[in-house]
Amino acid sequence: MSFIDLFSLGFMQRALIAALLTGLAAPAIGTFIVQRRLALLGDGIGHVAVTGVALGLLTGTSPTWTAVVVAVLGAVLMELIRERGHTNGDVALALLFYGGLAGGVLITGIAGQGAATLQAYLFGSLNSISSADVWSTAVLAVVVLTVALGLSPQLFAVASDPDFARVAGLRVRGYNLLIAVLAAVSITVAMRTVGLLLVSALMVVPVATSQQVARSFRTTLLGAMLVGCAASVGGLFLSAWLSFRVSVAPGPTIVLLALAMFTATWPLGVWLRRRSRLMAPFPEVNATPHRSTDDHPHDHGQDCGHPAVPHGDHVDYVHDGHRHAVHGEHYDEH
Amino acid sequence: MTSPDPRLAPPVVLDRVSVAIGGRPILRDVDLTVRPGEVVTLLGPNGSGKSTLVRAVTGLLPHTRGDVRLFGTPIEDFTDWRRLGFVPQRSTASGGVPATVREVVASGRVGRRRLLRPSGPADRRAVEAALDVVGLADRASYGVSQLSGGQQQRVLIARALAGEPDLLVLDEPTAGVDLPHQQALADALGRLKASGATIVLVAHEIGPMMPLIDRTVVMRDGRVAYDGPPLTQEVASHTHHHDDHDVPTRHDHAPHVASPFDWERRSSQ
Repeated sequence: MSFIDLFSLGFMQRALIAALLTGLAAPAIGTFIVQRRLALLGDGIGHVAVTGVALGLLTGTSPTWTAVVVAVLGAVLMELIRERGHTNGDVALALLFYGGLAGGVLITGIAGQGAATLQAYLFGSLNSISSADVWSTAVLAVVVLTVALGLSPQLFAVASDPDFARVAGLRVRGYNLLIAVLAAVSITVAMRTVGLLLVSALMVVPVATSQQVARSFRTTLLGAMLVGCAASVGGLFLSAWLSFRVSVAPGPTIVLLALAMFTATWPLGVWLRRRSRLMAPFPEVNATPHRSTDDHPHDHGQDCGHPAVPHGDHVDYVHDGHRHAVHGEHYDEH
Repeated sequence: MTSPDPRLAPPVVLDRVSVAIGGRPILRDVDLTVRPGEVVTLLGPNGSGKSTLVRAVTGLLPHTRGDVRLFGTPIEDFTDWRRLGFVPQRSTASGGVPATVREVVASGRVGRRRLLRPSGPADRRAVEAALDVVGLADRASYGVSQLSGGQQQRVLIARALAGEPDLLVLDEPTAGVDLPHQQALADALGRLKASGATIVLVAHEIGPMMPLIDRTVVMRDGRVAYDGPPLTQEVASHTHHHDDHDVPTRHDHAPHVASPFDWERRSSQ
């Protein structure tokens, strides 16, 4: 069987659809979470969802839907604790982290299931997805995308300045809860592809990658969705291709591919930020003493290679700790 | 107590207002009326209750006694929040994700936008006008984090202006802003005053704002100590040189997960 033949198999097609939807939905809501500086919120919800999966195994109902319910409850609880508490909520988050994971493992044991069953949810198992799973993934992903993109002006205002948003008449608590619930939903969407323990990576890493090069919120959001898609679909292809030789799970491959994309854009981001700092206009301050260079063998110009930084009505050429401005035949020190 | 024409009602009326935080009364018996078109500064040392007063006026803190009325409507029933523009204290304009100046200013329109609708020409015009007033039109596509502190403060003012408010409340907009930028700020507020807006301004230093001010209110230890013609900060601070509340805030390291006794009045909404 060749690499291409693999995609004529039903389970592979289902995995592809699930990966694509996850790659779109998780970074969309992740952008607002990163904006609120709650990058680890997804991880916390993921841990709580483990208990939900275990409850599904115990009661014999679909673990996807019990995970949705428990993750949403956990997210709401975390949001309320964060809002009421006077810390940043990191301690409260940690409490839920450990409670969720320990509860999940305990209940799985009571349900008579081994670690292997739980593993499929902890680290994802694309190849065991049924058509019903694909449908529920699709419905949840469409809900997340519609709300996250449709309400983005409101969510942006609330995430960037809750006090301002509240005075502007928005129900800030409602929107914060909405973000938490959407995060919980997209985590259960991503559960089957990358697994609960790696899910936060798909919410955060594409955003971190995208903001290396983006300057606006809009491009960060759309770029993160693009990166998320590329990582999850690419990771799936990569793991399928590698699986001819070694046993490679899709979940970790997707996450590592996303991290590789971050690593690749990071130097570019460093360079862009350095350049924008270098080229920021100098402030105009009057009444500095006039001083010109003694002897300047070099002619500054458009292509001389030295940064030309705007300074009032002219440019200063920056080199070796000097700021040289053209003044008639010579250069002034600015 | 609603007056017949809400257009002519005073933008802010505080009638024997007390505000408590965590059970401790911070503001006591504050009476204050701000008339339409007035520019009022709130002065006073740290801990005198200026910011608490602003948070009570903007509905961010519930009041425990008395009446707060905005444009003639008790604040509990007030729904016309788009008439109010707010510039919070020392908030950085940048979050965890990059955003351009225009995006932050455009977020000031949220109070006027309908859900799930794209922004219209009126929104774009208001954003451009607000950027013009604060003199940042040429920086609109810059990232907010690239700007200096004074410019970021002007971005926040533009964000409040984009909502086209009738009442603008600013909490220490000049804190940490150097003199040239304070002048730019004062110019922006002057243009706003000329258009008929009412301005309530908490300030530590007045500086270039002085010519704009119609009235000064000095707060001291949670009460109004002076309410009358404009004072400079120097005169206002002659009566008290030190912080009134230097009680250290207690912070132990147990995880305080909830404080049920502080359940706010507005939170039931």
